[in-house]
Amino acid sequence: MAPDGIGAPLRRKEDKRFLTGQGRYVDDFNRPGQAYAYIARSPFPHAGITGIDKASAEAMPGVLGVFTGHDLAADGVTGALPAGWMIHNRDGSGMRTPGHPILQTERVRYVGDPVAIVVAETLAQAKDAAERLEIGYDELPHVVGTADAAADGAPQLHDEAPNNTAFFWSLGDKDKTEAAFADAAHVTTLDIVNNRLAPNAMEPRAALGDYDPGMDQYTLYTTSQNPHVARLVMSAFVSLAPEHKLRVVAPDVGGGFGSKIYVYSEEVACAYASMKLRRPVKWTAERTESFMTDAHGRDHVSKAELATDADGRILGLRVRTYANLGGYANLFGTATPTYLYATLLSGQYIIPAIYAEVDGVYTNTTPVDAYRGAGRPEATFVVERLIERAARDLKMDPADFRRKNFIQPDMYPYETPVLMTYDCGNYPAALDEALKLADHAGFPARRAESEARGKKRGIGFSAYIEACGIAPSAAVGALGGGVGLWESATLRFTPTGQVIVNTGSHSHGQGHETTFAQLITSYLGIPTDQVEVVHGDTDKTPFGMGTYGSRSLAVGGSAIHKAAEKIVAKAKKIAAHLMEAAEVDVEFADGTFTVKGTDKSKTIQEIAFAAYVPHNYPEGVEPGLEESAFYDPLNFTFPAGVHIAEVEIDPDTGVVEIVTFTAVDDFGTVINPMIVEGQVHGGIVQGVGQALLENCVYDLESGQLLTGSYMDYCMPRADDVPSFKVGMVETPNPSNPLGVKGCGEAGAIAAPAAVMNAVTDALGVEINMPATPERVWQALATGPAAVAAE
Amino acid sequence: MYNFQYHKPDSLDAAVTAIAGAEDGKIVAGGMTLLPTMKQRLAAPTDLVDLSAIPDLKGIGLDGDTLVIGAMTTHAEVAHSDIVKGHTPALAGLAEGIGDPQVRNRGTIGGSIANNDPTADYPAAVLGLNATVRTTKREIAADDFFEGLFTTALEEDELIVSVAFPKPAKAAYVKFPNPASRYAMVGVLVALTDDHVRVAITGAGQDGVFRASEMEAALSADFSPQSIEEMALPAESLNADIHGSAEYRSHLVTVMAKRAVAAATG
Amino acid sequence: MVSISMTVNGKAVSGEVEPRTLLSDFLRVDLGLTGTHVGCDTSQCGACVVHVNGRSVKSCTVLAVQARDDEVTTIEGLAAADGTLHPMQAAFREHHGLQCGFCTPGMVMSATDLLQTNPDPTEAEVRDWLEGNICRCTGYHNIVKAILSCAAELRGHKVAAE
Repeated sequence: MAPDGIGAPLRRKEDKRFLTGQGRYVDDFNRPGQAYAYIARSPFPHAGITGIDKASAEAMPGVLGVFTGHDLAADGVTGALPAGWMIHNRDGSGMRTPGHPILQTERVRYVGDPVAIVVAETLAQAKDAAERLEIGYDELPHVVGTADAAADGAPQLHDEAPNNTAFFWSLGDKDKTEAAFADAAHVTTLDIVNNRLAPNAMEPRAALGDYDPGMDQYTLYTTSQNPHVARLVMSAFVSLAPEHKLRVVAPDVGGGFGSKIYVYSEEVACAYASMKLRRPVKWTAERTESFMTDAHGRDHVSKAELATDADGRILGLRVRTYANLGGYANLFGTATPTYLYATLLSGQYIIPAIYAEVDGVYTNTTPVDAYRGAGRPEATFVVERLIERAARDLKMDPADFRRKNFIQPDMYPYETPVLMTYDCGNYPAALDEALKLADHAGFPARRAESEARGKKRGIGFSAYIEACGIAPSAAVGALGGGVGLWESATLRFTPTGQVIVNTGSHSHGQGHETTFAQLITSYLGIPTDQVEVVHGDTDKTPFGMGTYGSRSLAVGGSAIHKAAEKIVAKAKKIAAHLMEAAEVDVEFADGTFTVKGTDKSKTIQEIAFAAYVPHNYPEGVEPGLEESAFYDPLNFTFPAGVHIAEVEIDPDTGVVEIVTFTAVDDFGTVINPMIVEGQVHGGIVQGVGQALLENCVYDLESGQLLTGSYMDYCMPRADDVPSFKVGMVETPNPSNPLGVKGCGEAGAIAAPAAVMNAVTDALGVEINMPATPERVWQALATGPAAVAAE
Repeated sequence: MYNFQYHKPDSLDAAVTAIAGAEDGKIVAGGMTLLPTMKQRLAAPTDLVDLSAIPDLKGIGLDGDTLVIGAMTTHAEVAHSDIVKGHTPALAGLAEGIGDPQVRNRGTIGGSIANNDPTADYPAAVLGLNATVRTTKREIAADDFFEGLFTTALEEDELIVSVAFPKPAKAAYVKFPNPASRYAMVGVLVALTDDHVRVAITGAGQDGVFRASEMEAALSADFSPQSIEEMALPAESLNADIHGSAEYRSHLVTVMAKRAVAAATG
Repeated sequence: MVSISMTVNGKAVSGEVEPRTLLSDFLRVDLGLTGTHVGCDTSQCGACVVHVNGRSVKSCTVLAVQARDDEVTTIEGLAAADGTLHPMQAAFREHHGLQCGFCTPGMVMSATDLLQTNPDPTEAEVRDWLEGNICRCTGYHNIVKAILSCAAELRGHKVAAE
């Protein structure tokens, strides 16, 4: 077997350029004649635009152009950024989702809503000029709170959406669930706030438009997780340019976490301005703009209930959720709180009846969309907080309560009451492994030791499940998705025997250049240093759906597998011809074709050479060695695991310290364990951040985002977290040829519930995220009554 | 950032002349607060006078029992100075806890106290240790120096030359950092000199750094955490923001003060 | 415009800049050294950390004119002339201390300054030192591991990579 192939902790191929400052991020690109853009944005949460006077700004030094939505419309860029997933209401009607115009001309609906693009010779000049731009606003009353938006008398954002309600949706069997609750011996109820987060990829979004008038061709360098989808949206929905005249390049991208899935106004505006000015135009977000305009995540308010019988078996679960969509329904903004959320409410458990109602509401805040986990962290938080709370209510050990209600390893395929069919897993094994790694047995002694020091110690579990590898296109379509969610790959041998992999997925930290090369070395026997993985350029790669939802390996990797099979099949024909053997007698292993029972062999590199220099060649076989494949998944994948947090609280200050954090995950087959563990670590810290530190806060009075910089938005730092204990359970996935499930989001999905279960265990009181020092201190000082009134 | 004229004088006189001659001049010492403010276009000086080339403003020394720190001494230099550690270890510790390592490599004591940010650490040291601010014009006692948010007794064309710290018998600084910015949400410096205790509090007050006179009296009578156990500052005079209510800050002041006393005596 | 000159990665460089030009912009735009990144505007993320006269500073919070005549080292100047990675760079690669790579230059430059200040840091000291460097990908676990490993290696006890 290839030593660097599947299963090896191969050091990453991409690291050398990143470690030596040779990475190429969008802001690192500079084109000849480049100009700089600054975006003029709404300072108000809600206002009518009474007029825009560009004259003073245009007269400023260095200014090349000032463009508004009127200019875009005059040039035929008439579309808007769409909500890409149709949601139907409980009465069967469709959702109400007016698009997000590129630049606002009539009304602004959140602080930061873009109004104009100002382009100048230098960034400072563009910024100076933007200050002179005269935009008349007629302020309107605003609403920013999730729970307030649909209330009677709330200020209305969109005429098309009465009560600020984009959709009122449900999933599950309402009658059956109500019957389960009627029969229950015990009902556990929780009021849950899933706090709003800012994604905070460390690379701010950026866009560089470069229009070629000779070719009438737009090139857009942009920070995208899915350049082909960006091109599709900008063509089909925004009408910027037809797809064949638009090239989107997403080079090295410094983290995405969902926030770079979507198409944003600035990308369109830069491409447009470049066309108008015949100059390349670059825009790079300042962090303050990132906070205001990168799609936020989460922001649910829920009432959740779990019904159990007298023996501690779960009978039913129901939840009523208000999901804040922000000022506009974003690309996945309607899918995230519905089909990516309620479909996971069965967790790892046998729950006979589940019913969820979700209302998506508009508020005068930044649009909300998929952020690492996207709906699944919200679902896991509901399920795992309920489970832990119910176990405490029933005086059962939380681990035993889970074990008693787990879907058992012999029950697959297991159909949940909320659409999903789990195909494999071993939840008890992950729990056992996690209990061992976390030294659960030693917890009482550790708690006693903490108490002796005046500290409060708590332990919390999170047995999460997620649906990744999104997803079978037909299923996605049936649920309202606007696109197919297959993935593509092209494998191209060079005549001298290297392999170039063109993938439709996109790497922005995940290490695809390494992991995909490992697949090639395992499938084709080509050393990893002779494999080049190319992604992120619509001119170079086949159409693909990009990277999000932990899908790249499960779907994109499967496309590579399929293409590799085609390569081997064709190469085998050529090898058989060259070795004068029947095709059935030729075997392929470790990069070499051998005639069974002989010492005749040819390497795949030799076959590649023969394919490009086909002097002695089988009849009817095309020259060349290059194959493409498109892979449409058969099912979602279902990574699952158990995370255990142990915390210690200083009752004097309310500070929560994560003492240990243990993660045991089942990602199916693991290609590169080093990379997988890294994904887990990063996800955990984003989850810990949500639980303890991070929160987007809007001022109710002014509608301003109070957490608009790192001065106020609390990012997890190195000293906020410990090192982690990570373990694996592997149940190979039967639904794709690699046996993989996806690992990118697990930590962010599991950790918030684990941490909050530990915090509430230590406190003996319910509190909401983030468990800031003050909230914890309040809970300790005043007890449950005050918290309930919060 | 708006544009400005940049000056880098090599003497105190030249610096004073430059600042006096500017329409709206600002001094840049380490620049750790001023430059971010200017980047956000919240400050628009016509002239920036950089003090980094003036030899008179540098260095740490002893003047008898008094520790003298030049205005342009960085936080890192104070934190790692054996002279400071020998004289007032609490001051070295305070400097080691300011910002992050990169801020400590640029930020200066003069810049910090001249700015008088209500969440900065150094004002608590200057006030709590009863230091004297030596300027190009005079010597200003700590009690007269800080005049409220971002306001000091310094005149427009007056520069801090050094800060002189008397030696305390015991001192400690304990802070509760804002979880996001890591600035002090509450910072308490306690110092015992002869039989008198000073308690200076930063981060919490609506008017910036201040002394807690009740605590000082209690601790002067009995320098132990227990003596201030039940003592809480009235919340009305304290800051409140998304990170902490005034009530919480009031509570933290007592907790941090007790910890500071314990650290000073421990 | 003012003229400035300084030494960057051992080479004398000069340029004409506006006084308001930040050192990070001078490095990135004027000198094309795009390894130094800018990730925030409040001096907190640390993606822009470079060394000035041997000490780590945030180049987004230093004016280019303030660095006149100084010695500046950026991530591009850390590896040996023959391309051999600096031990800290090598440790980050060996221990997977980077994912998207955006915070990495600042992390590495900050970490090398730590080890010249404190050659034998504890895990807690490493985590404390990194207060001024934010990473969103790695959860810090492998960054801390890489720095501790590099410290041990530089002290002569190579810790076998796990």
